[in-house]
Amino acid sequence: MMSLLGIAVVVAGLVARRNPVLVVTLAAIVTGLAGGLDLVAVISAIGKGFNDARYISVAFLVLPVIGLCERAGLQGRARALVGGLRAVTVGRLFLAYLLVRQVSASLGLLSLGGQANMVRPLLAPMAEADDEARRGPPDPARRQLIRAHAAAVDNIGAFFGEDIFIALGSVLLITAVLRQNHLPVEPLRVALWAIPTAIVAFVVHAVRLLMLDARLAPRKEES
Amino acid sequence: MIGLGVAYALAGIVFAGIALFSALDRDNKKRWNNTAFWGLFALSFLAGGNLGDFANGLLVIALALVGGVAGLGVSRPATTTAEERAASAERLGGRLFAPILVIPAFALVGTLALKGLKVGSAPLVDPSQVTVISTALGVVAALALAFALFRPPLIAAPQEARRLMDSVGWAAILPQLLAALGAVFALAGVGTAVGKLMGLWLPMDSRLMVVVAFCLGMAVFAMIMGNAFAAFPVMTAGIGAPLIAAKFGGDPAVMGALGMLAGYCGTLMTPMAAHNIVPAALLELPSGAVIRAQAPTALLALAANTVLMYFLAFR
Repeated sequence: MMSLLGIAVVVAGLVARRNPVLVVTLAAIVTGLAGGLDLVAVISAIGKGFNDARYISVAFLVLPVIGLCERAGLQGRARALVGGLRAVTVGRLFLAYLLVRQVSASLGLLSLGGQANMVRPLLAPMAEADDEARRGPPDPARRQLIRAHAAAVDNIGAFFGEDIFIALGSVLLITAVLRQNHLPVEPLRVALWAIPTAIVAFVVHAVRLLMLDARLAPRKEES
Repeated sequence: MIGLGVAYALAGIVFAGIALFSALDRDNKKRWNNTAFWGLFALSFLAGGNLGDFANGLLVIALALVGGVAGLGVSRPATTTAEERAASAERLGGRLFAPILVIPAFALVGTLALKGLKVGSAPLVDPSQVTVISTALGVVAALALAFALFRPPLIAAPQEARRLMDSVGWAAILPQLLAALGAVFALAGVGTAVGKLMGLWLPMDSRLMVVVAFCLGMAVFAMIMGNAFAAFPVMTAGIGAPLIAAKFGGDPAVMGALGMLAGYCGTLMTPMAAHNIVPAALLELPSGAVIRAQAPTALLALAANTVLMYFLAFR
């Protein structure tokens, strides 16, 4: 039971708005010590866990490329791409991205999207350009809403897509943990049962994106 | 066999470059903090496999102290002006997109083409890591293409990377740190403790009750841990395996798939998740903005997911 102290540390840190990096490190040390490990064993476990998870941060490799493209004017070019298209609206643009992101993630192609390599240089500027073409100069609140939704659509597409692909981290982790608990299952069955929720999430978010267009439209002035 | 080591070495070089240019940046008052932080991160990627677990652990603690206590400065490396960018965009046109599109193209083609390649009887590329390695090779190709097309000065690559990396800051190490926390949780038996605790407080005597406890537990734990991957072993050991599967005979495949998705719904709503912190930093948004955009979808998907588990697990 004492090992639950680490969870209390995380919650307290969240509530007190302390730096998450510090909170998580502290929580790991507290959990390990409370769970009966000695300090050297705890630090070693943290080191091993961190080292084994380096594959996550390989995603940052794209930053030099993104930076060079931005430097050469990529974001402006992305804006120009959609500025004149009547059929494109912010909501429809995001909906198309959601579809591509979720389908490609479900085929195992997670690196096709991403916040650093697609949302910041391409998706967000395109959506902002479309909004400005329709509704005139940006205002900060509207711009914030658009950017937040650009980030959200990437996350939601990736999350509810990757669970369907059998060879990705998610399904492999599920089958590995179930096996540890003496519940062997076929990865394919795990992937199949993720489909109903993936469809629900897509439909819910698609409806919300189409509503976003109405929300962004300026209210008619009362006369 | 080409393994993840190639991608780690490349990432290590990028982080080392960022550390080097941080040290040279006299305008950043905290430049030595930035140098130490990215330098340690580079060390982890270049030599993490040889340092041993304990040294790696000390490295992590040093990273947390520099990033979380001493704090990083935000650098403003020289870049192009808005006018220069507009002129460059005019000149380059559609070619501007080429380097960015090269990366997914490599990922796609590499994943399909490299998987079967063999040298003698051994695979050329580690089959379980083909996508990551193909992406890393795509980055190298994209970088070469960007230099050929845009002709920037050589130091622009590390400087532009630093501009973006510093906007992410300490959040860059959070996902790996949360993975480490998950590993410690598993060692310390947090999962069984949570299961016992919930058993004490909640009547776990109906299918509905255990399904709701499992799905909500996954969501809440994913919020606390910043990701569903760390929450899943804990909740499966605590509730999923002993109650849903063993006691009530639920289908473990359904339980696993929908349990993980319940966790994803939690991840979409937590300020602990790098998925929410990194885009807010990259898009210059206040911290809660991304979560607010995601929360309605996450809550509805969580509710639907819980109902689905109730009906699908006990067919």
